Amino acid sequence: MREYITQGTYLAAAVLFILGLRGLTHPDGARRGMQYAAFGMLAAICGTLINFQILDYRWIAAGLLLGTVIGYPLGMWVPTTALPQRIAISLSFGALAATLVGVSEYYSVFHGGEGTIAASRMAALGFEVLLGSLTVTGALMAFGKLQELLPSHPVTYRGQNLVNFVLFITALGLFTACIVNPANTAAFYGMIAVAAILGVLMVIPIGGADMPVVVALLNSYCGLAAAATGFALGNSILIICGALDGASGFLLSILMSKAMNRSFANVLFGAFGGGPPSDAAASGSALPVHAISVEDAAIQLAYAQRVIIIPGYGMAVAQAQHAVRELAELIEKRGGEVKYAVHPVAGRMPGHMNVLLAEANVPYDRLFDMDEINGEFPQTDVALVIGANDVVNPAARSDPSSPIYGMPILDADRAKHCIVLKRGMAAGFAGIENALFHAPATSMLFGDAKASLVKLVSEVKNA
Amino acid sequence: MLILELYIFVLAGFVGFMVITKVPPLLHTPLMSATNAISGISVVGSMVAAGAKHGNVATILGFIAVVCATTNIVGGFLITDRILKMFRRDDRKTAVAKH
Repeated sequence: MREYITQGTYLAAAVLFILGLRGLTHPDGARRGMQYAAFGMLAAICGTLINFQILDYRWIAAGLLLGTVIGYPLGMWVPTTALPQRIAISLSFGALAATLVGVSEYYSVFHGGEGTIAASRMAALGFEVLLGSLTVTGALMAFGKLQELLPSHPVTYRGQNLVNFVLFITALGLFTACIVNPANTAAFYGMIAVAAILGVLMVIPIGGADMPVVVALLNSYCGLAAAATGFALGNSILIICGALDGASGFLLSILMSKAMNRSFANVLFGAFGGGPPSDAAASGSALPVHAISVEDAAIQLAYAQRVIIIPGYGMAVAQAQHAVRELAELIEKRGGEVKYAVHPVAGRMPGHMNVLLAEANVPYDRLFDMDEINGEFPQTDVALVIGANDVVNPAARSDPSSPIYGMPILDADRAKHCIVLKRGMAAGFAGIENALFHAPATSMLFGDAKASLVKLVSEVKNA
Repeated sequence: MLILELYIFVLAGFVGFMVITKVPPLLHTPLMSATNAISGISVVGSMVAAGAKHGNVATILGFIAVVCATTNIVGGFLITDRILKMFRRDDRKTAVAKH
């Protein structure tokens, strides 16, 4: 009877989770959907509490309590600019939970338990801890890079891919050894260690701007590790959630790499932007640049009918989203129309810019995807680029020799005028010169994005 | 049993793929935090490991796993709700009507 109740809550949870994810197809129903999902989670936890295998509730209660105490600040106090690292660290937690359940299961079988395990179950356990441990350290590295505890530029050395390949083969070899002889504890624990090292080494060569792909991919791994836990324990809800999670992460990482016109392999093994500046970049700095004063930029914006704002990571770094919204409202008050163009890989995680702007009270029906808005640039009076670089580089369209050739970009260069807010003339993440900055229709407004915007706001007010 | 589990995995993955394809890029960040919260379901496995009295090591590992999973559940659902609360339509028309 108990078993049926437990399974009933699991089934209900699975349905509620899917409904919750479906709610995310539109901002209006999304909160309600996630409340269903949260209720499903509560049901599944209650359903598990009556499990007949549980003999002692003290550690469970302590764990639930401590987790809530740690989770609350991670949910309520983390600023939206820090969301990417917040997601990365929680991927690490999720993978650690999966790994530890696997180790605990293995330990209880081979240290005092029955001492044997079916090959299929061992395969699931092995897969779980292999992927889990790799994700734990990989996500920690991503966290370190995003939080800038570690250098966010790619760290490369000779033979890097060979080292990773050898480690990968070693891990696979130990995995196979575990399946052939599950009692080989050395192979099992060795595999965990090798996978953990591999996680570190795989993320080290990946640079800051590639983080959206990596975070999405780690999300997918974390899901697959959870699904493997489900196979190992014979637990359907874990399999379902792992599959949902894995599918989501996988889909997002495909979308992200498409938005950069790069393959998975290229992101993972390419170490983009690590090399010395190319000749083009060196000679490019001699090209003319048209700097503009705040006053002139304000006049252009004040009399513009159609303005498209293109936010980039620089906006997040400068915490300029509120100033952006203020400027947009002023332009609208004067009769202009303002839209926001968001590139899929702008920022450090999928959808990051949308959250920052939504937080600054920008209505979501003003935020447009690349495909929706690209056709409107020729009719736009001013394209205002704030801290974005590679996503507006026309070389992606026109220069086959450029490393970012073929990447879909926002056509800011097709607007009648383009104002670029930028700290200085340093090259973008990809280390490539941006022809947009030298175009005759482009004016550069140098300085900290937030300071420039605040000045623009007061100038437009007086215009 | 394994075959049945494979069915579940493949079909659930398929459902996930169908549902998530429809999530607009606008909501990709809350999608990530939501799947992160849902991945906290590994708490059900962790709870059994922490409470099944399979020896101290298994219990401690289970306990840490419960902490990690609960952190993701609580933090994940809270932050998703916080993000989703920020997304609003243009309410200027209603604001004008109020004045």
